[in-house]
Amino acid sequence: MHAEKESVLTGTHFINGDIACCEGLLAAGAKFAAGYPITPSTEVVERFAQRAPTLGGMFIQMEDELAASITLQGMVWAGAKSFTVTSGPGYSLMMEHIGYAAMTETPCVFVDVQRGGPSTGLPTLPAQGDMMQARFGSHGDYSTISLVPNSPQECFDLSVKAMNLAEQFRVPVMFMMDECVGHMTEKVVIPPAEEIDVYPRRKTTKPPGEYLAYETGEDLVPDMAHAGEGYGLYVTGLTHDKKGYPLMNPPQQRELMTRLFAKISRAADELTIVEADGVEGADVVVVSYGITSRVAMRGIQMARQKGLKVGSLRLICVWPFPEKLIRELAPKVKALIMPELNMGQVVIELERCAGGKTKVISVPHPGGTVHDPKEILNAIERGAQ
Amino acid sequence: MARGSVVVTTERCKGCGFCVEFCPTHVLALSSAFNKKGYHPPHMIDADKCSGCNLCGMYCPDFAIFGFKQPDAKTAEPKGEAKEA
Amino acid sequence: MSTIIDPATLTNPVEEVLRKDRIPTIWCPGCGLGTTVNSFAYALMGLGINLRKTAIVSGIGCSGRVSGYMQVDSFHTTHGRAIPFATGLKLANPELNVIVYSGDGDLTSIGGNHLIHAARRNMDIMVVCVNNMIYAMTGGQAAATTPGAATSTTTPYGSFEPELNIPQLVDASGACFVARWTAFHVKQLERSMTEALKKKGFRFIEVLSPCPTLYGRRNGYADGLAQMKEYKEMTKVKNGAPTYEVAIVPHQPIIVGKFVDRERPDYLTLMRSQLGANYHEMAATGTGGGDDSEGKEGCCSC
Repeated sequence: MHAEKESVLTGTHFINGDIACCEGLLAAGAKFAAGYPITPSTEVVERFAQRAPTLGGMFIQMEDELAASITLQGMVWAGAKSFTVTSGPGYSLMMEHIGYAAMTETPCVFVDVQRGGPSTGLPTLPAQGDMMQARFGSHGDYSTISLVPNSPQECFDLSVKAMNLAEQFRVPVMFMMDECVGHMTEKVVIPPAEEIDVYPRRKTTKPPGEYLAYETGEDLVPDMAHAGEGYGLYVTGLTHDKKGYPLMNPPQQRELMTRLFAKISRAADELTIVEADGVEGADVVVVSYGITSRVAMRGIQMARQKGLKVGSLRLICVWPFPEKLIRELAPKVKALIMPELNMGQVVIELERCAGGKTKVISVPHPGGTVHDPKEILNAIERGAQ
Repeated sequence: MARGSVVVTTERCKGCGFCVEFCPTHVLALSSAFNKKGYHPPHMIDADKCSGCNLCGMYCPDFAIFGFKQPDAKTAEPKGEAKEA
Repeated sequence: MSTIIDPATLTNPVEEVLRKDRIPTIWCPGCGLGTTVNSFAYALMGLGINLRKTAIVSGIGCSGRVSGYMQVDSFHTTHGRAIPFATGLKLANPELNVIVYSGDGDLTSIGGNHLIHAARRNMDIMVVCVNNMIYAMTGGQAAATTPGAATSTTTPYGSFEPELNIPQLVDASGACFVARWTAFHVKQLERSMTEALKKKGFRFIEVLSPCPTLYGRRNGYADGLAQMKEYKEMTKVKNGAPTYEVAIVPHQPIIVGKFVDRERPDYLTLMRSQLGANYHEMAATGTGGGDDSEGKEGCCSC
């Protein structure tokens, strides 16, 4: 299925990442959203507030993020594709409802335009400090997908993908932007609607009476029904059975948890989305994501100019973490360097997957600005020894 | 005969006593019988006084009792499904 | 020849709107929640409401379990957030008849902010707030509605706080229909629910209900019936009473009745009239992808 013509602003634009993100979500079919203003994410919903009514949708600014993060889920269950947008403090407030979306398998996108933290932190300055939160922020065990763009163009392309993955896997997808990428203005090419693949809502074809809300086929993802269609849905955040009814005992917990994890883990290969450059035969590989990957590229260039064999592995899908890829790569290199605009988050996972087979050098940064490429160069040189 | 009667689903009853208390004509009392859960479901002790008003049904938090009106002898069409005995 | 109905052929009329496979309910003997459900069921059936297009949303708590017993689309959401979820349902599909059925703690303590704003927006949803004056499900902690002298597990010496006057809050926030009854007032409650179901806008009905196990037992009531009898004795019907006068004060009569019934445009009506030509109604079944008959009109330039 392809995007609706009316939703897509086909053309070449000079826009920032926030605006591009909004356009991507619109192209992916989102017409309804709820949100709450927070720097540096607000432009996404400001744009949406203007565009959505012209497409028969709407944006509602709710009274807080607690409301926004569940209002969007009501919109989804009424039949719409929906999302919300926030930054650090709002993301923390939304955590309970991210868990609710994971548990009820509500397809939706949560955009986090990360800024300096913790707490109020640096509202107008970039960081990447919510990466672990994207994976483990809500209580309990659940699995999500996180995509990380590094340019306004990717803010468009990957937000389409984020919405598609949300619908395909029936999970809340974490779209982890940062203030730099969000507020950076660059060329963004939006293709014609026919060229944009859109994953449709997986509606059940079974009639009421036959349909079981959480019964699944081979891909372990249930088909969906909406309110108002006569299915007598029962949706709850309690541990539930195939009908959706609460069934709170250990065997059911095991069955449900196993499936919720397996539906993502079995797609690990499909969800290994990276951009590799010069990794083959490299002595040192710099693993990065988001805005840091662009600075890392500069550090890598400088290292290559010095004759070092350095590769770049840019993670586009950070969660699920590309474990298999790293396990295969680690024994082949002298070091893996991971610069992040945080005090060392995803590097924990990198270290785990490297399994002691290589040096893992973290290049942390408390945020507020991007790395100095020389910091990354230094780390590369240390790794190459 | 009485203008109405009640139907008790004994296994649903939790013996709260609302129906007994709020029946306007004091038709009901909790029986000495037990249901499976050990509660005393209600029964009619003064069936002739039952008007079929269904207040018992409205009060019952467990949907365990409801009242219904017996059709007037003069009317041709009984309410609900009548089964020839 | 008269025909006598054989009771064996009859089913409880309320079962038409209930999920029979979920009965018996989890509620305690003497809990009034089921009683309020009867009033609600009869109101729905009396109006012939299209159950297919009806959705019930609840939060967490004993009252929050009501959604699990109604044979409509039921959403059991998070603590305090039933109203924003309901808002989302209604906005994305205005054809839905959306009812929130939840408890006092859920709707007015943790959910208080959402209650205020939904009322302010006059969001077209109906809220039934079952007030048992306690957080029952979790073992009997104090709520904003627990009388200050009452004992609860987190307020063993009393909470010292005055109870929240819920009708006043909701009225002040802008609701177009505000009523309070108790589980004793089964007929009046049904009538209010019927009136509310027919109205558009933010409709709110508070229903006081006994909680024998967590509130009553610790506060001098032998059982749920004792609380119901007190509702019968201690309530005064005052339709149209100003809501600032209906605070529940210990040892004083509880004022019940229909307090507010006014006309105000609901959120969607306001939205459509203000958006005017900017707004294109979504096709009834469109959910992203596929063709859309409306053309795009004057989008902002980049």
